[in-house]
Amino acid sequence: MRLQRPKLTWWERTYFPAILQGLVITFRHIPRFNKRVTLEYPEVRWGLPRKYRGAPVLLTGLDGQEKCTSCKLCQFICPPKAINIVAGETDLAKEKFPREFTVDMGLCIFCGYCQEVCPVEAIWLKDEYELADYDRTRLIYTKEELLARGRKQPYLPGKEKPLEEVKP
Amino acid sequence: MNAWLAILLPAAVKIVAILAIVLTGVAYTTLAERKVSAWMQDRKGPNRVGPFGLLQPVADGMKFFFKEDITPRQAYRPVYLLAPLITLVPALVTFSVIPFGTSITVAGKSYPLWIAPGMDLGLLFLLSISSLAIYGIILGGWSSGNKYSVFGALRGASQVISYELGAGLSLLTVVIWSGSFGLADIVAAQKGHPWFFLTHFLGFVVFLVAIFAETNRLPFDLPEGESEIVGGYHTEYSGLRFAMFFMGEYANMITASALLVLLFFGGWNLPFVDWAKFGPVWGGVLSAAVFFTKIACFLFFFIWVRWTLPRFRYDQLMDIGWKRLFPLALANLLLMTTLMVFFGFGVKK
Repeated sequence: MRLQRPKLTWWERTYFPAILQGLVITFRHIPRFNKRVTLEYPEVRWGLPRKYRGAPVLLTGLDGQEKCTSCKLCQFICPPKAINIVAGETDLAKEKFPREFTVDMGLCIFCGYCQEVCPVEAIWLKDEYELADYDRTRLIYTKEELLARGRKQPYLPGKEKPLEEVKP
Repeated sequence: MNAWLAILLPAAVKIVAILAIVLTGVAYTTLAERKVSAWMQDRKGPNRVGPFGLLQPVADGMKFFFKEDITPRQAYRPVYLLAPLITLVPALVTFSVIPFGTSITVAGKSYPLWIAPGMDLGLLFLLSISSLAIYGIILGGWSSGNKYSVFGALRGASQVISYELGAGLSLLTVVIWSGSFGLADIVAAQKGHPWFFLTHFLGFVVFLVAIFAETNRLPFDLPEGESEIVGGYHTEYSGLRFAMFFMGEYANMITASALLVLLFFGGWNLPFVDWAKFGPVWGGVLSAAVFFTKIACFLFFFIWVRWTLPRFRYDQLMDIGWKRLFPLALANLLLMTTLMVFFGFGVKK
């Protein structure tokens, strides 16, 4: 296909009209002080979308126990194998509980499969994103830490679903 | 002994003062660049270090000091280490012949506000020294041992030969009209006379376009061309050596602005103002202040253009240099000399 180039006058071919137009446009942006798009991050934050996938956390049921029944579905589905669970027995109606539950945040890719696959909504990708650390070993979150993160107030009010009791 | 001191002391004071002013100017031009570019893009720009980010240049400088100075293994070491100096030093030397104002009279003795007063070939000196800066670019790019750097160096070399001609010829008319190569004489010729950008408009436009190429600023920053050849000639440089290239570029911008002001915008002159009336000290100070204000306006213009225009293509640049600016400068020379010789225009002595 052959493009028909527009015929330019000699004045247009000197580049000057286009250059002047451009200069006017950029100059007009200088005094727009109340229309700046900069977000001064640590002090101001974006509102997160409701389905934001941040760090995975463990949720607590209304009975005060973790909801996880140690079925290990999340461990199996996790693509980078970041989740590691050691199961244990309990007298509660759910009969099994995670003795250990670690998520290696150095491996986690925030895909959300664990949340999707969990039959009891025990693991959840919360709205936390400031996860950097100077030490890799500190990036392996233990069960206590995951539960504590799960109990934290979300950044956005009303984001978290109401917790359902684990039915026996 | 006393006679030597009387010459050396004022010169030393002037050198220190002008270097301090110029280097501070360089630092704050970088800040202005970041601020103005941010505003043009509806951003806020640096505002964390000091009020309105005013201490940002200090932070930048400290960062440059503490950065690792890396020399690539394939680089040709002596030239590689020397090249940033070759860019920076001529950029600073040019300020020795730039007059910054009239003169300050203290205790019956008059001190002109420039380092080398009486330099009547100032313009030639300035042009030749300031075009040395390109050697730093060529040598730095070549000795880095990196093909992208060499591309940058080659572009710099061919850019400079296509622009020096047009730039030099466009200035010739100014020299002919004012009858001197001395920068102070050219400024004096514009006193009580329309500034030369009005009478030499064609020459002014040619020189303005050429000076953008000479200072390696957008739209002619082909030696850098970060979107095409990584960082061009300074790809391999880091730390203080990169800072030298950076400072050299901005110092060259200030020289270019000073040159534009001196040659086409009447230097420190203002219409209907005679600095001699303001007294022996204040006249000089005010004239220097006016001169620096005009330079600042041109620096803003440089920044403004940089954040507006995209980079020209390589063949377009050659085309403009050889087939547009050079004939225009020649025509301008012919026109101006004709006006002067046959119609009596020009500055009467």
